Amino acid sequence: MKIGVLALQGDFDAHRKRLQELGAEVVLVKKPEQLDDLDGLVIPGGESGTFLKLLGEEGFAKLRDFVRSKPTFGTCAGAILLASEVENPKQAGLGALDITVRRNAYGRQIDSSIREGRFLNHPIEMVFIRAPKIERVGREVEVIATEGKDPVFVRKGKTLAATFHPELSHDRRIHQYFLDLIENTQPSY
Amino acid sequence: MSQDNGHNTTSLRLKTGLAEMLKGGVIMDVTDAKQAEIAERAGAVAVMALERVPAQIRAEGGVARMASPKKIREIMSTVDIPVMAKCRIGHFAEAQILQELGVDYIDESEVLTPADEAHHVDKHAFTVPFVCGARNLGEALRRIAEGAAMIRTKGEAGTGDVVHAVKHIRQIVQEMKILTVLGEEELYAKAKEHQAPYELVRMVARDGKLPVPNFSAGGIATPADASLVMQLGAEAVFVGSGIFMKNSTEFADPLEAEKRAKAIVKAATHFNDPKVLLEVSEDLIGAMKGLAVSALDEAHMLQTRGW
Repeated sequence: MKIGVLALQGDFDAHRKRLQELGAEVVLVKKPEQLDDLDGLVIPGGESGTFLKLLGEEGFAKLRDFVRSKPTFGTCAGAILLASEVENPKQAGLGALDITVRRNAYGRQIDSSIREGRFLNHPIEMVFIRAPKIERVGREVEVIATEGKDPVFVRKGKTLAATFHPELSHDRRIHQYFLDLIENTQPSY
Repeated sequence: MSQDNGHNTTSLRLKTGLAEMLKGGVIMDVTDAKQAEIAERAGAVAVMALERVPAQIRAEGGVARMASPKKIREIMSTVDIPVMAKCRIGHFAEAQILQELGVDYIDESEVLTPADEAHHVDKHAFTVPFVCGARNLGEALRRIAEGAAMIRTKGEAGTGDVVHAVKHIRQIVQEMKILTVLGEEELYAKAKEHQAPYELVRMVARDGKLPVPNFSAGGIATPADASLVMQLGAEAVFVGSGIFMKNSTEFADPLEAEKRAKAIVKAATHFNDPKVLLEVSEDLIGAMKGLAVSALDEAHMLQTRGW
């Protein structure tokens, strides 16, 4: 299975390591044409505004077509990119998931935290770094993990968005879930 | 594991976590809200809020201190990307003020005039993460032992001359490579030689890299400079005077600065793609005039500060 990790900037290397540990072939994607023969894509954490600038118009259009048709998993800045609506400030979204995301919703770095949430009803560690919040979840979007009352991991079909960073935890379940979805196998939890 | 240790580990993971998010990016020195806006628009992943950039500090002399909180706050309220600020080496009170202000990273920096000739700030005592400069592996590991969550290899700040950024990243990378081929029993002597904690030396020997992200700073002025230090192993770059200064006393034209900023951002992403590097370099008119490091005597070097 060939998985791309968008590598314009951010913690793409943490995703690369995790996906390789789980047996995927990983391509670091820096140019639009590298999207062509991928089975799935991860959009990592980083600065979402910087991603948009580095994508440019052509890259944005190509990425939008990809995320609307192929399995994609975004974490933090990646989740912001996948949203249909972005607040604080308003910025363009790829519209792969009908959600509204608020940037830097918890505050600044001193408000970053590691907390325990629930993923498909199992406890799981969640690393939040200058994290966004999902403020509105569209009708067709399913919430698959929560932290307190907040939705923090959502899904529609094979498109996933998490506001935390599973790539910075030792737990591999979230990435495994994404790979299972791509392979059409029943997730094992 | 004691409660304290557990807390420290959690805290360090959050601190290095933000550094992870900055990888592959460019952190730009700015002295006002307008420059901060330009930096954000150009794609900077963070800005360093300063009163004067290193080139000005070098030219004007005097005691260089933490920037005024008012200035930093103004920059924080202007941009959505992380904002960093510098405190003097060992000046934990300045660091306390910066933490209270809510900056996202503190740079305990040799660019400012040191406040303590023997001690650096105990960075474990803070919730806010710290970045510190280093010229060699021992210095990097001593800073990490004190709680730094990011290292930036020191160049000679404010010169626009990349030669010492190169020298020090090469030095650190080479010293790490050597550790990876040594036997367990040789690491004790190496720890002594590097004047660094044995446990950290062992970690580097095992992993071949620092336990925290390693960025590069000091003298980076062009897209090619950014590419050079990243090809040598830096995971992101700090660009200080190189973007907004024309020379050590005059600011560059803002449009020119923005163009240069954008070009360096692209160069950091595509650091190993000469085709893109050519493209982004082509539109630029000359870089800051700069100051050759070889013409500086030791007493005027900022990098030798820190112990």
